[in-house]
Amino acid sequence: MSRVDVRKTYKLYVGGAFPRSESGRTYEALDAKGAFLANASQASRKDGRDAVVAARKAFGGWSARTPYNRGQILYRVAEMLEGRREQFTSEVAATEGLTRTQAGRVVDAAVDRWVWYAGWADKLAQVVGNANPVSGPYFNLSSPEPTGVVAVAAPQDSSLLGLVSVIAPVVVTGNTAVVVTSFGRPLPAITLSEVLATSDLPGGVVNVLTGDVAEVGPWLATHRDVDALDLTGAGDAATDLERDAAEGLKRVRRPRSEDWTAQPGLDRMTTFTETKTVWHPIGV
Amino acid sequence: MSELRRVLEGLPGVDQVGLEGRAAALSTRSIKAASKAYAIDLAIRMVDLTTLEGADTPGKVRSLAAKAVRPDPSDPGCPSAAAVCVYPDMVKIAKDALGDAPVNVASVATAFPSGRSSLAIKLADTRDAVAAGADEIDMVIDRGAFLAGDLDRVHDEIVAVKDACARPDGTHAHLKVILETGELATYDNVRRASWLAMLAGGDFIKTSTGKIQPAATLPVTLLMLQAVRDFRDAHGRQVGVKPAGGIRTSKDAIKYLVVVNEVAGPDWLDPDWFRFGASSLLNDLLMQRQKLTTGHYSGPDHVTID
Repeated sequence: MSRVDVRKTYKLYVGGAFPRSESGRTYEALDAKGAFLANASQASRKDGRDAVVAARKAFGGWSARTPYNRGQILYRVAEMLEGRREQFTSEVAATEGLTRTQAGRVVDAAVDRWVWYAGWADKLAQVVGNANPVSGPYFNLSSPEPTGVVAVAAPQDSSLLGLVSVIAPVVVTGNTAVVVTSFGRPLPAITLSEVLATSDLPGGVVNVLTGDVAEVGPWLATHRDVDALDLTGAGDAATDLERDAAEGLKRVRRPRSEDWTAQPGLDRMTTFTETKTVWHPIGV
Repeated sequence: MSELRRVLEGLPGVDQVGLEGRAAALSTRSIKAASKAYAIDLAIRMVDLTTLEGADTPGKVRSLAAKAVRPDPSDPGCPSAAAVCVYPDMVKIAKDALGDAPVNVASVATAFPSGRSSLAIKLADTRDAVAAGADEIDMVIDRGAFLAGDLDRVHDEIVAVKDACARPDGTHAHLKVILETGELATYDNVRRASWLAMLAGGDFIKTSTGKIQPAATLPVTLLMLQAVRDFRDAHGRQVGVKPAGGIRTSKDAIKYLVVVNEVAGPDWLDPDWFRFGASSLLNDLLMQRQKLTTGHYSGPDHVTID
């Protein structure tokens, strides 16, 4: 007797919980050949709003943790990514139309990327911070501080390596993130949510919305409680979103051509930090 | 058996399942667009902006008074709150800060929040607040006496405090009677205490001090609204209702307004007859108001930190 298929309907990841979309909508996530893989929730404006509330709530605690502790937690996430290697490999193979060998290499690169960013948690300040020379009896010290709540449009094509490469640099410095996933290839993002939910990452630090960035994006871009916008996967909507963001003086990272396999550099981390400079008298 | 006890014990029992079911059903109503804008402005006008902390400073009371007069300084169309609610020693400061503005000063009194003190001290506390210029007095009932079955004592105390609210010119400070429903244990007790407070002459019945959990809940407020409606039918006098504590979002506030309209009727949809005792609620109302006027979500950076 053949077994009945277990057809999955996945949910969003907001504030550490897995709610359905407030709108009740779902859509079909298909594989590279157009066959049904699973149902994904289609996030609406109000899901975006709820995610921002959750991200704001989590920001105080996450940004106040020591960089060392953030690094440890992110490394723990990498361990769990590795533990789900098989599942990620099948999902990447199916959604991106790769062979298992190719998909395995993508998963390896994604885990390595996460580990690489985790390592930066307690090193970034040494590299981009500075003891500035000033002509007076003062110490003048600059250090990077997290920007706040960052809305991220994840890449549409690279569903795991690209996704990891946009989330990790945002949260490693102490920001919290609201991520709108690839519309056509949401499965690896959903599995990543399950990894994050069972890791030590506090709820609300990363919020994952599966759905259409053209629908949710404008509400995030105009939202006054969002501090920055990463438009990597925003596609044609990017220009309008950037204009919306200007109204509330948000920091914006424009889309550009990306090679996800290349060394990422510090750019994605430094974009979403602010430089705090402190003057302190010498000899007191 | 006293007349009062006969009346209160003759009140019908509360159907707990039905009451909670009705509250839950009414809170599923969806209020949108123009009705939502109306509800938000009405809710702002109904807020008793409250600070009741040991750490209250004159500066904090003054800033709260300024906020009550102009909750959203970026929008002149935004209505004022109904009142600021403070401890008796802060009444004068609040009064001076408000000047001629159409915002009342409410003062808690009678050994708030526990009410555990002698009647003489409770009355002195009340007179003190009235003399300092309080427009409204929020008194607490003696829950210990109520639970012990000494209803006459509770009644007489409310009557005495009501007398203490009198001003030399013959007018009265408005008396709100706090039942502290979180300590009354049953819905039947809430119904009895509501009637008791109204029979004793309270102008308002208020759910809670905000110092005890649970504070205001929708079913309790619904029950008290039934009581004021039935009391007006029986005695011809209208009494107001004030839920206080735990109402933090505009969504919650709108649920309460729906219940007011459906249970007591539109006569109560007015700051003279319904109030919210709250502090953080006002900021959420303002953010929702900004969302409706500008079309995009606002954030806590765009309202004051209290």
